[in-house]
Amino acid sequence: MSLEFIDVSYAYHTPAGETDAVKGLSFRVEDGQFVSVIGPSGCGKSTILSLAAGLIAPSRGKVLRGGGQFGYMLQTDALFPWRTVEQNIFLPLEVKKKNTPEMRKNALRLAVKYGLGDFLKKSPSQLSGGMRQRAALIRTLAAQPQTLLLDEPFSALDYQTRLAVCDDVHGIIKGEKKTALLVTHDISEAIALSDKVIVLSARPATVVAEHDVTFGEGNPKKRRESANFSALFEALRKELGI
Amino acid sequence: MKNKKNDYSTQHLLYLRGIKRKKIAVHAVRAGILAALVGLWELFAQVGVFDPFITSSPSRVAKTIADLAAGGTLFYHIGITLMETVTGFIIAVAAGYLIAVLLWMNDGIKKVFEPYIVVLNALPKIALGPLIIIWMGTGYTAIIFMTVLVSIIVCIMNMLAGFTAVDKTKQLLMRSMGAGKMTMLVKLVIPASLPALMNTLKVAVGLAWIGSIMGEYIVSRAGLGYLIVYGGQVFRLDLVMAATFILCVLAGAMYAAVAVAERIALKRRGE
Repeated sequence: MSLEFIDVSYAYHTPAGETDAVKGLSFRVEDGQFVSVIGPSGCGKSTILSLAAGLIAPSRGKVLRGGGQFGYMLQTDALFPWRTVEQNIFLPLEVKKKNTPEMRKNALRLAVKYGLGDFLKKSPSQLSGGMRQRAALIRTLAAQPQTLLLDEPFSALDYQTRLAVCDDVHGIIKGEKKTALLVTHDISEAIALSDKVIVLSARPATVVAEHDVTFGEGNPKKRRESANFSALFEALRKELGI
Repeated sequence: MKNKKNDYSTQHLLYLRGIKRKKIAVHAVRAGILAALVGLWELFAQVGVFDPFITSSPSRVAKTIADLAAGGTLFYHIGITLMETVTGFIIAVAAGYLIAVLLWMNDGIKKVFEPYIVVLNALPKIALGPLIIIWMGTGYTAIIFMTVLVSIIVCIMNMLAGFTAVDKTKQLLMRSMGAGKMTMLVKLVIPASLPALMNTLKVAVGLAWIGSIMGEYIVSRAGLGYLIVYGGQVFRLDLVMAATFILCVLAGAMYAAVAVAERIALKRRGE
């Protein structure tokens, strides 16, 4: 087990009042699994990642983390424009005080392996949207997390780039044998990428249904071509109430 | 994209030439306006449309500057004012930056001090003139203090705005890596707010000149502000105009220096 939510509730407090973001939420993410969470917009999906990362503590219930570090990947690449791509990739090592020669070497190995070798000394502004998102993923992987938390990491990209980057990121995460928890509002993205899809209700979010996705040999492209794809798509749509 | 000179098409060369021509035209008109103003001023003073005793004239300003230089006091006065302005500017920017950092680091302190800063910002600093003379004496410490007082509040407010405007996503990213406030400050907030710092420097240059000349108006025995006040009191408008002209040149030069520093700083980080 990499991550488990047991009856987790979380409420935001603002002077205007109290908002239940998440209520009685329970699910499990196994080691090496790619799990997607989909739900209506504003249903508290990002809250779930903040809870998983331990940035906020649940109001009730428990979040169990099964060893290993967590790495966050956000909606925008958030690359620092004043750093080169290489310095951006080293950022988590500096922040986590793990800036050793071995860790740097490993980060560079990943960068080269996934096609960033020629861009290391460049400024992020010289990269295309897809390459920037790839650099953001390598930055996340640099600190060698076991579990990746992905907060709609493709939503800022145009549709064509998005399809390419989506498959790209999936390939890298599977290739590095990482566990991933993705929150998204994109049904087809969730089906294409995941081993398991969790459907949430509107706020306060609870689990409506869980689907294990087994067809298409875990390959996003084959999944999209499969006949099972549209059937699952319709089922998820219904559960989301669209 | 073609960006080598010999690849350019005729249209592109024409386009580039058009840009260049417009740039030259702007510079020419700019210089023309200055020449016309100075020329008319001199002409009207010479033929008697203006009374040069009241308005002075470019030739009399030039002669006054030459006389001051010959008498050896020109650079003394320039030096005093420049020293006061630059010292006040540096203290105001450095202290303002540090205070802004402190306010950013601690939300409680920020909330407590916000109204004080707002009131100090709105207060016409010249109202504190008599107090400053009594507290600091009549030397240049008082003038430097006035310079700092006039510029520091805007430095604080500008930098604080720059710090708080740092992209929330980048902050979340840093927090997700486990960054504390200090790491956040050093790795993200300070580099991200560099443009705000450059902007602050530009605003502070102007304010520092206001502060130092205002200080010299209230209390001084030397400096360009002193020359202006003294010239006004003894009705030597040549002296007033000459000192004002030198001020224009110095203020422009200091602003240009800051603008160059900005360009170098922003270029170095590849933006």
